[in-house]
Amino acid sequence: MSTPLLEISGLTRRFGGLIAVDNVSLALMPGEIMGLLGPNGSGKSTVLNLISGALRPDVGSIRLDGHEIGNSAPHRIARLGVARTFQLVRILPSLNCRENVLAGIAFGRDALWGHAAEQRAETLLARVGLAGRAATATGELTYIDQKRLELARALALDPQLLLLDEWLAGLNPSELQQGIALVRSLRGEGMTILLVEHVMDAIRSLCDRCIVMNAGRKIAEGAPDAVLSEAEVIRAYLGDDDA
Amino acid sequence: MKPVLALAAAAIAVAFLAAVPLYADAYQLSLAITLMNYTVLATAWSLFSGPTRYVSLATVAFFGIGAYTVAVLAERMAWPYILLIALAVGLAVALVVGLSTLRLSGVYFVIFTFGLAELIRQIVTWYEVNVTRTLGRYVFVDIDAADIYWQLLGLAVLAFAAGVLIRRSRLGLALRVIGDDETVARHIGINTTFAKVALFALSASFMTLCGAVMAPRWTYIDPAIAFNPVVSFQVLIMALLGGVHRLYGPLFGVVPLVLLFEFLLARFPNHFSILVGLAFMLIVYAIPQGIVGFAERIARGKRGAA
Repeated sequence: MSTPLLEISGLTRRFGGLIAVDNVSLALMPGEIMGLLGPNGSGKSTVLNLISGALRPDVGSIRLDGHEIGNSAPHRIARLGVARTFQLVRILPSLNCRENVLAGIAFGRDALWGHAAEQRAETLLARVGLAGRAATATGELTYIDQKRLELARALALDPQLLLLDEWLAGLNPSELQQGIALVRSLRGEGMTILLVEHVMDAIRSLCDRCIVMNAGRKIAEGAPDAVLSEAEVIRAYLGDDDA
Repeated sequence: MKPVLALAAAAIAVAFLAAVPLYADAYQLSLAITLMNYTVLATAWSLFSGPTRYVSLATVAFFGIGAYTVAVLAERMAWPYILLIALAVGLAVALVVGLSTLRLSGVYFVIFTFGLAELIRQIVTWYEVNVTRTLGRYVFVDIDAADIYWQLLGLAVLAFAAGVLIRRSRLGLALRVIGDDETVARHIGINTTFAKVALFALSASFMTLCGAVMAPRWTYIDPAIAFNPVVSFQVLIMALLGGVHRLYGPLFGVVPLVLLFEFLLARFPNHFSILVGLAFMLIVYAIPQGIVGFAERIARGKRGAA
């Protein structure tokens, strides 16, 4: 048996009187793709923010490869190999595409600089489908290309664990298929991925396992199809009448 | 431009500027010193505030610390030691202030830095009134105008060299990322506190040394002269007029504005402040990108049309 890459236990985070994440535990095996589902406001993004260090947990532990990272600063967690994208896509507007990716390469795990870094930036841009766009200003990118660029910047950190926060949201059907293929190809490279997602097609075709959250708690865990047919999950999404 | 050519052009420019005291008369040299003083301050200001977009009004706090250190230590030790001590004091204040305030952002940082300069002025005033019991000091050091000019030129060269090196380094990229989106910066592994404090301290070091070198110009200083907040605003507006996204940008703000202030002071001494205010408003309204940004946009437009 291998040990989990990411192991969260008893994770709790309050905002004033609101318990955004309530005693959540989960474990991610290396190379696994896990979906984090749940209605809006159920605490999914807060979990990602806790893992990536944007927020500190009130209670509970977050272990990456056996090391506690729950109280580490975001830049330290990033350097340990945890990369993320943001719910509302965040590219660096005054930098061109190459510089956006260089920013990830220059400070991440196995950071590079100079000629080697520039070559790696070209490779990563090609990897996400932005070949030949290195000198393009970010203002000229379409929405999906901005998402591709954000993913390239996350991959530039050479992550062990990739956190995708609704990275597939807002894409049209053909873009969605490209996006799913791209995420799937990352698994082929041995990357472990935790994705917050509402797009059910993507969840069914990508995820090995899913966790469903509601009001801060974990209410279900298992294979996507099994989880999505559980009564409590349906109740969380649709209310009592449909369960 | 090729790096070798740029370096040669810079060397020729510096040699030309270094020769100024040899043929300038007293008035021209005095004007050259003012130009060089603001070149150092505006370039130092934009080293930190340009890429990070943290607008600092603490320029005169460090400038004044440098000037006051010289006033206190003059005649007690050799000039290089005085400069070193001034640098140490400025650096120490910058590190303390940087570590405690750079988590502030936007307008809060602006107000804090403005308050800092005023606070230091009040503390110095309080100390002089209650402890030394003389508000104001004479600065007697054996340094003439040409020496001051050459030292300022040296500081300007160092500030430009630092700017070039930083822009080519990871630190330079880190600062630009911070200016764009500090949250992203943290999540791609940038130690934002270190980057910001390092640059704030470097920028403050140049400002402190500039104040130290300028102190003998006055012969007499008191806190109102050394910590005059107008200096912070002038440096800010010069850097903005020139444009902060290029290292040489502030230069294009310093030269026209120093000449304008000189002209206004000579011709309209009673209306100086209101005319300067008008100039500030015109600059911000008409060329928000700065002169360099404006010129680049026009050049791009012409190329695009062709």
